[in-house]
Amino acid sequence: MSDTLLIRGGRVIDPASGLDAVRDVLVADGVVAAIGQDLESNGAHVIDAKNCVVTPGLIDLHTHLREPGFEQKGTIATETEAALRGGFTTVCAMPNTNPAPDAAQVLEALNDLIARNARVRVLPIGCITRRREGKELAELAELAANGVIALSDDGSPVANARLMRNAMELAGAMGLPISEHCDEPELSHGGSMNEGVVSERLGLPGQPVAAETAAIARNIALCEATGAHLHIAHVTTARGLDMVAEAKRCGLPITCEVTPSHLFLTEQSVFGSGNEPAYDTNAKINPPLRTEADRQALLRGVNDGTIDAIATDHAPHSVEDKLTEFDDAAFGISCIETAVPSLLTLVSRGELELLPALRALTVGPDRAFGIARRVAGAGRLEVGVSSDVTILDLSESWTVEPARLASKGKNTPLGGVTLTGAIRAVVLGGKLAFEREAAIV
Amino acid sequence: MLDVRSPETEALPGAAEMARWTRKDLLDTDTLSRDEIELILDTAEGMHEVRSRPVAKVATLRGVTVVTLFYEQSTRTRASFEVAAKALGADVVNLTASGSSVEKGESLIDTVRTLEAIGADILVMRHGKSGAPYLAARNTSAGVINGGDGTHAHPTQALLDLFTMHRHAGDLAGKRVVIVGDVLHSRVARSNIWTLLASGADVTLCGPATLLPRTLGSGAEGSRCTVTTNFDEAIRDADIVMALRMQKERQEKGLIPSLREYIAGYQVNARRLAMARPGALVMHPGPMNEGIEIAPDVAHGVTSVIEEQVSNGVSVRMAILYLMATARHA
Repeated sequence: MSDTLLIRGGRVIDPASGLDAVRDVLVADGVVAAIGQDLESNGAHVIDAKNCVVTPGLIDLHTHLREPGFEQKGTIATETEAALRGGFTTVCAMPNTNPAPDAAQVLEALNDLIARNARVRVLPIGCITRRREGKELAELAELAANGVIALSDDGSPVANARLMRNAMELAGAMGLPISEHCDEPELSHGGSMNEGVVSERLGLPGQPVAAETAAIARNIALCEATGAHLHIAHVTTARGLDMVAEAKRCGLPITCEVTPSHLFLTEQSVFGSGNEPAYDTNAKINPPLRTEADRQALLRGVNDGTIDAIATDHAPHSVEDKLTEFDDAAFGISCIETAVPSLLTLVSRGELELLPALRALTVGPDRAFGIARRVAGAGRLEVGVSSDVTILDLSESWTVEPARLASKGKNTPLGGVTLTGAIRAVVLGGKLAFEREAAIV
Repeated sequence: MLDVRSPETEALPGAAEMARWTRKDLLDTDTLSRDEIELILDTAEGMHEVRSRPVAKVATLRGVTVVTLFYEQSTRTRASFEVAAKALGADVVNLTASGSSVEKGESLIDTVRTLEAIGADILVMRHGKSGAPYLAARNTSAGVINGGDGTHAHPTQALLDLFTMHRHAGDLAGKRVVIVGDVLHSRVARSNIWTLLASGADVTLCGPATLLPRTLGSGAEGSRCTVTTNFDEAIRDADIVMALRMQKERQEKGLIPSLREYIAGYQVNARRLAMARPGALVMHPGPMNEGIEIAPDVAHGVTSVIEEQVSNGVSVRMAILYLMATARHA
C-alpha cells in the first residue's frame, strides 16, 4: 500500500505530549495510525529515520505568498513549494497582497487560488483595515465568516490607537487574534536598518529600539483594556521581549513570535564581514536586524518559552527589488527554506535548545492562532487525528545556494553559508509530500 | 596607454619612488592606511607645484576618460574634479541625473555599465543615497571615486581638508580639532573622522544633541572622538575649528527649535574663536551659510583657510585621479 508509510527508527519529539523517544511512526488512512516500537511494515513504504528527528508538521504564522498582485516576487504555487521543502505543512498568509483580503469577495478569490495552487495548507490572515490603510476597519465579520485565522495589517501598523482599540474589541468578540507589527511609524520613519553603531557608521537612517517598544507598550495597554488576544509579530528587541514577558506574567492574553533571521543574524550583516561596508540589501528587513545583545535575549526567550512561536516572515522579492541603493531596496528575506536549517545550526552550536525550538514551530504556533480548530491535530502527533509529520536530519551540512531555492525570492543573506541541519522528508495529509534526495555524501 | 615617464610627466615630483597605489576605487577614508594617505598627500604636493606653473597643465592622463556622474547638485566638487582631470590632460564628460536616462528610470547599475561600455575609465560619483558608490563599484571595472554619498562619506573632501591642515599645522598628532554642527548627517564629518584619527589628532564632535552621533569614531585604532553639546568648552584651546553646513530643513523637521537658537549655541564667531589657540585655523567644507554656522568676519578672517580648501581640492583630486589612472594601467 503506497498510502501507508512507516517512519522507522527516528527520535520522535512531540512537544505537545512531551514524547521524546526513539519510535516508529505508522501513517495510514491519511493519519498517524500508530506510534510505537518495532512496528510491522506490512508492505508500507518505509522511510529510514535513523539519526533523524520526527516531529509534527511545522507551522508558520507569518508567510508572504505575494499572490495576488506581486506574482513577479512569488506565487502561491512557488512559495508553498518552498514552504514544503522548508518543513512547513501549514502557513498563515499575510494580507499584504493586491488586492488585500479586506472583504469576503477578495477572500473568496484568494481561497480559490489557494485551493488550486497551494502545495501545503494555507490559512489566510485578513486585514484589520480597508486596503491596510489604517483609516477604516475592514469587513471583520465577513472575514471571520470566510475563515481567516487571524487579523493583521502586516507591515503597516495601525497607527491610530482608537481604531486599534475598536479592532481589538471586535476581533476579541469573534475569537480572532490580532497579529500586530509593533512599530511607532513617526519614530522609525525612513529608517532602513537598526539605529546604532552600524547605521551611524554607514550613514543610513536608523529605526530606534523605542519605535518597537513604544508600540508594544501601547498595544499591551489596549490588550489590557479590551481583553482581546494580541499577538506581537516578530519581536526583535530585548526590551520589547521583556515587556511581553511582563504582560504575560500579568495574565494578559498575549502571544509573540520571533523570526529565524533575528535569531541567526545581527545588524552587522548589513555591513558584511569585510573591511569595507557591503550595504547588503539582502540583510534589510523590517523590523531590522538588531544587536548581538538583542539576539541573545531572543534566543533566551525561545529557550525559556516566553516566545510562543518562531515564524519566518518569509518575504520573497525579485532581483531588481534588492539590486539597488540600500535605502531604495525592499525590506525582507526569502527564508522559508533556510529557516529550520538555520535554527538547527543554532542548536548544533549550543545557542538554541532543540525541544523549545520545536515547540515554537509546532504546538506553540498552534496555540497562538488556534490552528488545530482548522487543521485536525495540527502541531502535535495525535494518533488517529494528526496527519502532518516533518522529519529533520540534524547532522547534514549543506551550503545555501540562492539560485537553487524553490522560492522565487533569491534574496537571502545566507548565500554561501554552510548550515547544519536539513529537512529529510515531509508527510502532508497522510501522504509523503517531500523527500530530500538521498543524503549527498 | 599611460607612460608616467613620458616627457610631460617628468616634472611630477617624487612620483617614481613613492609607494604604489593599488585600489580600483576610492569610496571612503575608513580603510585607507597611513601609507596610502601619505601617498595621496605627497602626490598632491607635486600637483600643487604643477598648478603653480605658468601653464598649469600636463598630459599625463591623455587618453583617460573621466566621467562625473552627479545625482545631486554640486558646484565645487564637480567643478574641482573637472578642472583636476583637465589639468592632467584627461577627457571629461559631465553627467547629471536630470537630463539623463536616470530620469527615464534607468537603474544605477545600468547607468554605470553603460558609461563603462562608452569608455569611462574613472567615474566620479555624487549620490543622495548612502552606499550607492559601493553598489556602482561592485558592478563596473571602471574606477569609482566617491564624490559624496548621502550622509555616509566624502573622502576627497576629507583628504583635501587633511592636506590643508598639514600645510598650516604640520603634524596633527595631539592637535585639537573641533568639528561643529550637524555631525550626524554630515558625510564630510564622517570621512574626516577617519583621516584625523589616523593622523593622531584629538577630535571633538560638537553640536545640538539631536544632530550628534552616539557611537561614531569610537574604537578606531584605540582612539576615539569626544562628543559634546557644549561648544564654548569644546572650542577652548582648539587648534582647528571646522564648521559644518547647517541645513535649514533641520528646523522644519523638528531637530532644532530655531536657527536663532542654533546660532546662539554653535556659530563659529569671533568671541568663540578668541577662546581657541591663537591662530587656530577656521575651516568649512562649503557651501557656507554665512551668519548661521559661521560669522562672516570669521569666515573671511586672517586664520580662515576656507578658500584655500577649495583651491587645494583641485591638487588633491589631481593626485587621486593620477594615482587611480596609473594603477589601472600598471
